[in-house]
Amino acid sequence: MTKNHKKPAAEATAHPHIERNPGVPFDAAWFEALRVNRSAVERRAAGLSGRRTVKKEWQAAWLLKAITCMDLTTLAGDDTEGNVLRLCAKAKAPVRQDLLEALGMGGEGLQTGAVCVYHNLIPYAKAALDGSGIPIAAVSTGFPAGKITLEDKLTEIEKSVAAGATEIDIVISRDLVLQGKWRELYDEVAACRKACGEAHLKTILATGEIPTYTLVAKASMVSMMAGSDFIKTSTGKESVNATLPVSLVMIRMIRDYHERTGFKVGFKPAGGIQKAKQALDWLILMKEELGNEWLRPELFRFGASSLLGDIERQLEHHVTGRYSAAFRHPMA
Amino acid sequence: MKIKEIFDSMAYGPAPESAAEANAFLDARNRRFGLFINGEWREPSNGAYFESTNPANRQLLAHLAEAGEQDVNAAVEAAQKAQPAWAALSGHQRGRYLYAIARQIQKHSRLFAVLESMDNGKPIRETRDIDIPLVARHFYHHAGWAQLMRTELRDYQPIGVIGQIIPWNFPLLMLAWKIAPALAMGNTVVLKPAEFTSLTSLLFAEICSDIGLPAGVVNVITGAGATGAALVKHESVQKIAFTGSTEVGKIIRKATAGSGKKLSLELGGKSPFIVFDDADLDSAVEGLVDAIWFNQGQVCCAGSRLLVQESVAETMYAKIKARMENLIVGNPLDKCIDIGAVVDKVQLETITGLVEQGVAEGNQIWQSTQACPSEGYFFPPTMFTNVSPAAKIAQEEIFGPVLVAMSFRSHKEAVALANNTRYGLAASIWTENINLALDIAPQIKAGSVWINCTNMFDAASGFGGYRESGFGREGGKEGLYEYVKPKHEAQLSDQPVLPAIAKEKKAAGPALPGIDRTAKMYIGGKQARPDGGYSQRILDRSGAYIGEVSAGNRKDIRNAVEAAHAVSSWAGMTGHARAQVLYYIAENLSARKEEFARRLAQMLQHSMAEALAEVEQSIERIYTYAAWADKYDGQAHSTIQRNVTLAMPEALGVMAIVCPDEAPLLGFVSTVLPAIAMGNSVVVIPSETAPLSATDFYQILDTSDVPGGTVNIVTGNKDELAAELAKHYNVDGIWYFGSKEGSRKVEELSTDSMKRSWVSYGKFRNWADPAQGEGEVFLRQATQVKNIWIPYGA
Repeated sequence: MTKNHKKPAAEATAHPHIERNPGVPFDAAWFEALRVNRSAVERRAAGLSGRRTVKKEWQAAWLLKAITCMDLTTLAGDDTEGNVLRLCAKAKAPVRQDLLEALGMGGEGLQTGAVCVYHNLIPYAKAALDGSGIPIAAVSTGFPAGKITLEDKLTEIEKSVAAGATEIDIVISRDLVLQGKWRELYDEVAACRKACGEAHLKTILATGEIPTYTLVAKASMVSMMAGSDFIKTSTGKESVNATLPVSLVMIRMIRDYHERTGFKVGFKPAGGIQKAKQALDWLILMKEELGNEWLRPELFRFGASSLLGDIERQLEHHVTGRYSAAFRHPMA
Repeated sequence: MKIKEIFDSMAYGPAPESAAEANAFLDARNRRFGLFINGEWREPSNGAYFESTNPANRQLLAHLAEAGEQDVNAAVEAAQKAQPAWAALSGHQRGRYLYAIARQIQKHSRLFAVLESMDNGKPIRETRDIDIPLVARHFYHHAGWAQLMRTELRDYQPIGVIGQIIPWNFPLLMLAWKIAPALAMGNTVVLKPAEFTSLTSLLFAEICSDIGLPAGVVNVITGAGATGAALVKHESVQKIAFTGSTEVGKIIRKATAGSGKKLSLELGGKSPFIVFDDADLDSAVEGLVDAIWFNQGQVCCAGSRLLVQESVAETMYAKIKARMENLIVGNPLDKCIDIGAVVDKVQLETITGLVEQGVAEGNQIWQSTQACPSEGYFFPPTMFTNVSPAAKIAQEEIFGPVLVAMSFRSHKEAVALANNTRYGLAASIWTENINLALDIAPQIKAGSVWINCTNMFDAASGFGGYRESGFGREGGKEGLYEYVKPKHEAQLSDQPVLPAIAKEKKAAGPALPGIDRTAKMYIGGKQARPDGGYSQRILDRSGAYIGEVSAGNRKDIRNAVEAAHAVSSWAGMTGHARAQVLYYIAENLSARKEEFARRLAQMLQHSMAEALAEVEQSIERIYTYAAWADKYDGQAHSTIQRNVTLAMPEALGVMAIVCPDEAPLLGFVSTVLPAIAMGNSVVVIPSETAPLSATDFYQILDTSDVPGGTVNIVTGNKDELAAELAKHYNVDGIWYFGSKEGSRKVEELSTDSMKRSWVSYGKFRNWADPAQGEGEVFLRQATQVKNIWIPYGA
């Protein structure tokens, strides 16, 4: 999102403006000694949904928050202008107005956090979202595998920004992580950040292709040092996508980076988040580990395509007391 | 609340679990419960009832019968009557009952969970996700042990009637830990739940009825201390299993001393939580939450002493403080809280008093600023930092959500601080270096050691203490031995097994007196004269004078114990290396067997042939333990979490061995050798009447590469010396083969230090019979099992 992006009215002004993370000079001492204990992380992640839950109005409010933190996404080979326009319409009106009114949120201008598309579909999204203030995110740098030259990656970013994307979701070169080439990874991400200019950089680690949590933690730290505005778990195309444990590892690094630098980096889990209950799990994780400040679209996003549908059904259930059906909600 | 407001604040709201079903259960019984005896509900004989309340809101839950002595008698009688038939069922049949219990618990799991939370004050999250699933798991696991008893414990039989007294912190889980193995092994039980938390045990009793468990197999009697005391002293109760405070544990042990009742005690703790500088600190902080802010800190194995390496101490403290702010204290039935209510006003006062004392002592206190509910008994999560070991709060078990923290400089200091306690229940070690973890784990005096995790429990793993945290294990194969006895015990005799005095005339002595061979004591690898300067005359069986031995006294005992502690090389040797030394002992004894036989024949007045046979048996026995030295090696348990759970038998440390008077050589070898084979060092009181084989034996030890101090021999008055050893705080275990009264005294005097004791109660073994004179029983008594949990995953 850009600085002049108009926040939806529903966003409280209680939160101060987020100062962008400019990155810091490369310093291996920040991450060299990092060790993450997989079993302990999994235990914490597994225990969380037993420790915290939200019911009734709280659940409804939290699900509405989840919608505002959603990068409504389509990343398919058969994307066309047509389905991108539908997606954008849904982003502007994610929940039926009668439901919003019943929830007392009818006048809040609720919309999703962003729309996320491939580069060549940016113009359609731009036209469709014009005036809504909804940012357009474009996946970039040879998404999803990232197997193109750095030069081509930077060109792709520049072109997307020029086309109107205000958020760029890049993929890192996993080979650099696997080979422990942290300096090279830092340089790559820093170059991408530079190419982004005013657009926000969301760095995808593709954690499903990183074998250990310790490496995920290190890659997270390097990506933040290099100036990422967000770190993101997955492309949605790996065989293992966002999980709670890997998210926990990444957001603990966000906390560490914030403690060291004062900069707040956002987090975006993506892939496989399809149910309202999962969305709540992630919001709880963010609240518990990073605090309320991270529960807003400037610092938290879901990458999701089918999640919204389930949330809509849950909201209708909250309003009517009856279990809902997908066909009762306008599709994206 | 308006959705818009919540949307802006992103606060948590209430998420109450319904108490309706649990209340309906109580109402249907008019909130009044009798005693479950012989499969029926009975009114208490004295008509007395007491109240059980919900500590979270102080509301009355039910009236419970208070069992008096008559009721205890009736319950024990019912159990006694039921026991033979229960034991006569096949393992398979008993297993089916246990399986049915497990099923019923699963089917009614939510009712159990809600009831437990209301009764105890613990969060519904814990009862629902931890307590009750572990209960079901325990019954399933032991259904399997019932099935396998015939083959896996073929040399053992049930004990009989077991009296079980359980605490209030994990009411149903402790019931499961007690009842499942007892029933599986063919015993029947009388269980007394804690007076604060009896409700789930009463629901459990109903389940026993529902599945058709034979009457009298499980009896549940409610009541307070007096009820428990009556159960403890009941003559027909053959074993007491107790979980609770060290104070009450000691009272029970004193009360049962000499009675022949088997005893297992799971007592208090002040368990260390050790964080090294290379630990995953964020995970270690979560570990602490599970360690000390689990069950309101009312956990015997709570990681209540944080030991953190100096270089990361401040970082760790900052992380803990931040985490504490996120802990929610609230209504236990709310699914969105971390910490519930303390069990009772009394406990809240104890915690408050100790914390006030901690503040008064000048320790730095940190408490979460989150509010506690005011209507029930709640205490906020609390941490004291920079606490010294001298502080009362660092030594005393607080049994509340109170952490005391201190730093250490080196690995060695971490171990020293960790062991600087009278307790030894559990420890948690946090490091990402497996070499370090596996170096530290064996050095900690504790029954459970959790690497990078904490408060892990499973039916397949044994749980229990070192030192004053008690003895005996619950769970795992090691836990089964608490509920069986060796079949050979039935064969033990009331009279010593001695060969007849030989008719043949002794060989004529030499014309000149032989050079006086003064039998000294043997301490620290050197011959030692007695501190008191007295000797004791030794007569043969016909009453003729044959020589003298030193009359050892308490100072000699002190010196011997110190020498036994000073030798570290023996315990550090591999089993193979110890076996080599043991074989060497046998070799040297063999070379001098005529001499040893002559000595036996001289003292016991039996034939040379019989004497030679005893020496040969002794050599064979040494071989037995040389063979065992590298084979008594524990298990890797199949616990349900992803980890390796190593059950390692560890030497007790320094053991006192009071040898039988009969079989002066074979009795000495049969008791000393298993102890040292397992890595213990020993202080031995040899046969009082015929000690000369033992004093001759130190020459064998001297020539067999046994490190000085491994075996120390003090001669003299057996029962006086045994008493000194039993009282000694730095002796870890004691074996006593002697009189009934001597046995009672050893058990009674062992109470204060909670040392492991194994006594003969005036029964005699036939040492020549391998079924009675050797075997695994000896090795088990010379060791204690430590379970080390090592989760893995890159």
